[in-house]
Parts: sequence; structure tokens; C-alpha cells
Amino acid sequence: MSVDTELINTPFTSYHIAAGAKMVPFAGYNMPVQYKGITSEHLAVRRNVGLFDLSHMGEFEVSGLGALEFLQSVTTNNVAALTPGKIQYSCMTDAEGGIVDDLLVYRLADRFFLVVNASNIAKDFAWLDSHKPKGVALVDRSRELGLLAIQGPNAQKVMAQLTDYDLDSMPYYTCANARVGGEELLFSRTGYTGEDGFEMYIPNAACARLWEKVIAAGTKHGIELIGLGARDSLRLEMKMALYGNDIDQTTTPVEAGLSWIVDFSKDFVGSPVVKKQKEAGPTRRLVCLELEGKVFPRHGYDIADERGVIGKVTSGTFSPSLQKPIALGYVPTDKSKIGATVDIIIRDTRHRAVVVKPPFYKQASHR
Amino acid sequence: MNIPSDLKYTKEHEWVRVEGDVATIGITDYAQGELGDIVFVELPDIGAEVKQLGRFGTIEAVKAVSDLFSPVSGKVVDINKGLDDDPMVINRDPYGGGWIIKVKVTSSGELAQLLGADGYKKIVTA
Repeated sequence: MSVDTELINTPFTSYHIAAGAKMVPFAGYNMPVQYKGITSEHLAVRRNVGLFDLSHMGEFEVSGLGALEFLQSVTTNNVAALTPGKIQYSCMTDAEGGIVDDLLVYRLADRFFLVVNASNIAKDFAWLDSHKPKGVALVDRSRELGLLAIQGPNAQKVMAQLTDYDLDSMPYYTCANARVGGEELLFSRTGYTGEDGFEMYIPNAACARLWEKVIAAGTKHGIELIGLGARDSLRLEMKMALYGNDIDQTTTPVEAGLSWIVDFSKDFVGSPVVKKQKEAGPTRRLVCLELEGKVFPRHGYDIADERGVIGKVTSGTFSPSLQKPIALGYVPTDKSKIGATVDIIIRDTRHRAVVVKPPFYKQASHR
Repeated sequence: MNIPSDLKYTKEHEWVRVEGDVATIGITDYAQGELGDIVFVELPDIGAEVKQLGRFGTIEAVKAVSDLFSPVSGKVVDINKGLDDDPMVINRDPYGGGWIIKVKVTSSGELAQLLGADGYKKIVTA
């Protein structure tokens, strides 16, 4: 992206600025990184409920005869397992098994709905388009839809004020078209925080009206506005991968611990490499690392052992929930077992880190 | 943005208030805003010598890590021990409860080399 590209505002940008948000450029969008403070926003989602503007995320529709077979051929998870109303986490891999993007695949009544990372919208669209057979329609809805997420143990209380839809019988990773806040829209029980929560895909024209309704319903429950800063620490505590940090086209699903979203019995772009790697075992793995003391591991810091530098931290933070430093990073397989120890080099000093079982935060209302 | 007129400033966003021969040092309101939530502060020992514009500590915030530079030379006579339990007091009250160290000043002439409030304001609004 060229540096003089104008930032894209979301349908909610003026609300963020009015709320005193600190705005930053993110994937070409003008986004709120924090309002009151990352730590308090993080804890508000863990303990109560928070509202996120995620309108920068990309949405594609895939329809037509052969849509299912097409998605089977370009994504790693088993799309045939989806019945209408169900959602799966998946990824797309290139011919070398590198991750093109991670995404959500929604099966609707008459089409599929894909949610992709903002930074990859153009790349993903071109990738899908180049693999798409005739007869399958691929449409980019990214600029037509706003996306709001309500996340936290009390998310359902807020959502119940906005819709008559039966939320009690709505399982995690399912979606519905329903009237929410007076608007007909697609919403799902999904999120990137580990907590219970909902995500709403809102036609641009309805965004301002819905924002007011969500704030009105949420205020009764003490809802807080949450920026991208807390979104990052919330997902990291759950070991949810961030594209561009923890996964990219130089990493495979097997290395990243994402074999659970790979159907090894089917063929897809990259499957020969991915299957072979699964069989032989990867030479490195993405692991959860916990440290002690008052240090702050950050993206790009070296991981070392007695052999020298053996890997890099891909994400790190001082966990607001656990009150200790946590990190994700790739290490050689022999150092990837739970309990293995490595050093993270923070400003020329080695700090002992222990490989721990994911997720870091184990009390989340959903996982 | 709060830039008190009675303080002196460095280009690195520290402030200093001199009373007698003791200088109280912290970071500015602008700096705390840029750093975001402060997670911890690495402090020098009492008795340590600091040099003007020399590094005396590190501040770790959620978004970034930053070195701390002393506006004046001298000996550290006090450190804000409250920062251990509540480093975010720097975010809430950067010029008051969020002070970081106190230094016994060796050369009062050094103050002339620091920025006044107007000079500092030009830097952060440039």
C-alpha cells in the first residue's frame, strides 16, 4: 500500500472520535486503538461486556453451482460438514502450504459468506478469483457492510435487548438472519476474545441507527467501547493467531498448531505439502511461552537456548488477566513440549520462558 | 494536553521541577498519552549517579518501551516506590503522583539548556 493512500473511515469513525478514541491507521483503515486505556478495556471484556468496531474486516459472498466444491478446494477445513447456519474457522494455503489467510466460512441458506482479514482483502479476493471455476460467483461485500462485535460474559444480556431471536438455543459458531435493533441483518455467535459474544454484519445505511441502539441497550449493562489494542491482548491470551504476526505465507497450519482446522482426508491447494509435513512432523512449532517478572516480550524479539538463537517472538504482551508476561513464538520441535524452557532476549538480557499449554487464560466464557 | 508553565522539559519528553537543590523528574502528559497504559518502570537505585540526558531507567507500556533520560546531572536521592504497585499513576497524574525520581542537582547551570513550556509545546505540536 502506498503511504499517501487515504485512510478509509468505517461507518462508525465519528462515534469513536466523539468518544475520545486514539485513532491509528490499521490495514488502510482509520481505527480506534484505545478509548480509556487498553488494560481497563481488556478487563471490561473479561468481566462484563465490550463493543468493538471491526468494520475493517473483509466479507466475500460465494454462490452458484459448485460453490461448495470450490471452497473445499481452496480452504483447509471440511466445508461439507457445514449445514446452513453453521460457521467454521479455516484457512487458505498456497501451493507450498503457506497460509494465504485465516478466515471464517459461514454457510447461509443459498450461499457462503467468508470473513477475511482487513490486511488481506485484495490478496484473498485475487487468490480466490484465480482459483474459481466458471459458474461460481465471488462478490466482495467489504465496503458495503459495517461489523460490530459485542463480546464478554454478559454479551447475551445486551443482545437480548436488541433482538427477539432465541439466543438461548443459538450455539457458538452459528449464525442467523434476524431483526436486530430494528434492522434485518446477519449476525453470528462468534468472536476473537475467548468470551461469549456476537458479531453483526450491518448494511452501511443502517450502521448509524444500529450504533445508537447498541449503545442504548449496552449502557444498561455497563458496556465499554474496546479498541484494537485490547482486541490484540484478548486474542493473545487465548492463543488465537494474528495474521501477519503469528501466521503468514512463510508458515503452515501444521507449524502454527492449526491442524485442527485441516481435513487431511481431502485435497486442497497446498494439501500435498501440508499432509507430508503432518506425517513427517514439522521442524518448528508455534508455542505459548510464559515468563516471570516485570518484562515485556514483543514481536520480533529473539528466542534462544544453549545453541544460540532458535526462533522469534511473533506476539507478546504483559497479560492483563494473568498479570504476567506472555508470548507466542516459533521454536524447534525439540523445544516445543509443554514444560520445555527457552530464553527470550529482551534488550540484551536473557529471560527464562516456559512452554505452557494453550490457552494462557483458562477462565473464558467461551473458547 | 497539559504542559505546566513552571516546569522545564527535555526533547525526550521528561519534565523537571527544581526546589532548592532537589530536582523531581517525570514524563510529560504527552508522553504518557503516546505510550498508553504503563505496565512497569525500571528505576535506578537510590545513590546512583545520573548524567544530564543520560539514561536512568526504562518505561514499559502496552504499546511500546521507552528509555528514560535525566534532565539534569546529580545523585538519585529518592525513587517513587509506589510505581511498583501502580505504574499507571503516571497515566493518571504525570506531573504529581506519577513522578519517577528525585535527584540532588550538581550544576544548576544545566537548567538553562532545557526547554521551557513554550519550547516544549512547539515540539509536541509540530
